[in-house]
Amino acid sequence: MDFSFEIVWKILQSSWPSLLLGVQNTLLVALSGTIIGLVIGLVVGGLKAIKVDESSSALVKTIKKIYDVISTVYIEVFRGTPMMVQAVFIYYSLLKVIKWSPLVAGIFVISINTGAYMSEIIRSGIQSVDKGQTEAARSLGMSNIQTMMMVVIPQAIKNAFPAIGNEFIVNIKDSSVLSVIAITELMYQGNKIAGSVFRFPETFFIIACIYLVLTTITSFILHLIEEKMNHTRTSFPHSDSTSSSISLPRNGKRVK
Amino acid sequence: MSLIEIKNIHKSFGNLEVLKGIDFTVEKNTVVCLIGASGSGKSTLLRCINMLETADEGEIIVNGENVLNTKDVNKYRSHLGMVFQQFNLFNNMTVLKNCTIAQMKVLGRSKEEAEEKAMIYLRKVGMESFANASSTTLSGGQKQRVAIARALCMDPEVLLFDEPTSALDPEMVGEVLSVMKDLAREGLTMIVVTHEMEFARDVANHVVFMDQGIIAEEGTPEDIFTNPKEERTKVFLNRILKK
Repeated sequence: MDFSFEIVWKILQSSWPSLLLGVQNTLLVALSGTIIGLVIGLVVGGLKAIKVDESSSALVKTIKKIYDVISTVYIEVFRGTPMMVQAVFIYYSLLKVIKWSPLVAGIFVISINTGAYMSEIIRSGIQSVDKGQTEAARSLGMSNIQTMMMVVIPQAIKNAFPAIGNEFIVNIKDSSVLSVIAITELMYQGNKIAGSVFRFPETFFIIACIYLVLTTITSFILHLIEEKMNHTRTSFPHSDSTSSSISLPRNGKRVK
Repeated sequence: MSLIEIKNIHKSFGNLEVLKGIDFTVEKNTVVCLIGASGSGKSTLLRCINMLETADEGEIIVNGENVLNTKDVNKYRSHLGMVFQQFNLFNNMTVLKNCTIAQMKVLGRSKEEAEEKAMIYLRKVGMESFANASSTTLSGGQKQRVAIARALCMDPEVLLFDEPTSALDPEMVGEVLSVMKDLAREGLTMIVVTHEMEFARDVANHVVFMDQGIIAEEGTPEDIFTNPKEERTKVFLNRILKK
């Protein structure tokens, strides 16, 4: 059974609606997983990065300690086990309790899985923000939370943007393991089509190409956004002589 | 009554005792300059005053209240301005936003009110034409002038300067010092940690010389610069003025 482009073409013609559905669900799962994961990461990683004031009460310090332990366990468990195993375990364990559809379960699993990675990305992003930024905000009387929300996290997100975008690309590919709980994403559709036409090489050639197109386009879009983030608001009036020593960021290089 | 009264402040980092019992007072509408070698505890003292560091013992009495016991540190800090050696403008904001955010979030001013106030002070430091520029595009001297405007927007009772010109290129030191001189002339209370002896001599009402965690000598600029009594003050001044 040799590989034949004729058959590739035939499969495309006969199965494009199922492939399209697959693409749709893959993007839905990957995108919602990344966004919800980012929100989880912001909360978990943000709280993790907050340093309790020396002057805080013992209660606050204890709560923070307990929180640190719980969040570390969450991150280690979800980064330390395969998402495929998480998907099967969580979907079937909770099926009797909440009777959820595979798609909802899949989005749930990929979200908390991504959340674990995002927490670490956000935490290190926050730590990359100069301590002076926090001190300046606090010296103006802003609270810990205000400082985080308005000064630190926006800069942390900008610093961590490449890593955040990378999670999206990873999710486009890794959502394929969710086929194990019968979500009709691209990989699952591939298996179904291949089974029915009995041509695995040609079918998965198509599937691979679609994944490649999706990730390439995504990475291009992410690159554009990054460029834009680094170039906005760099315009300034050229008025006095002291501005001669200013160097403007060019070629999308990150300027700190 | 003095505006700030500092009594017997001690501060250690681990085994290193940085402040070994500091007493001094700051009168309203005066400029106090803290001078001394690096590592003598000047910056730590300043950071203790606005609670960026918590003093281990002693009292810091501002307007009759010991701030080490205050419940609302944020409110207390909003009455004190601080200008840092590294400027610390918020990198994710424009010049104007740098000056308005704390006014709106901490003092609860409206956007219009905050922007109006911000423009007044940006004009004062000669940076009003940069209001909409991103803070990361400015030169060091410009950043520091904006940082001063940002602090002034909070209507502070006292402004703390932590070596405000030490991170600047030499040609930019003058523009920042002249802003500070203007403020001193207008009667703003300031505590300035500085290595600019000329500024201390010309502008300060009171000069405090610190050495190894204690106040070695204090007095009027005249006392300190012309007739220093302590041997270590003389040694320090000789070393720094010869440069």
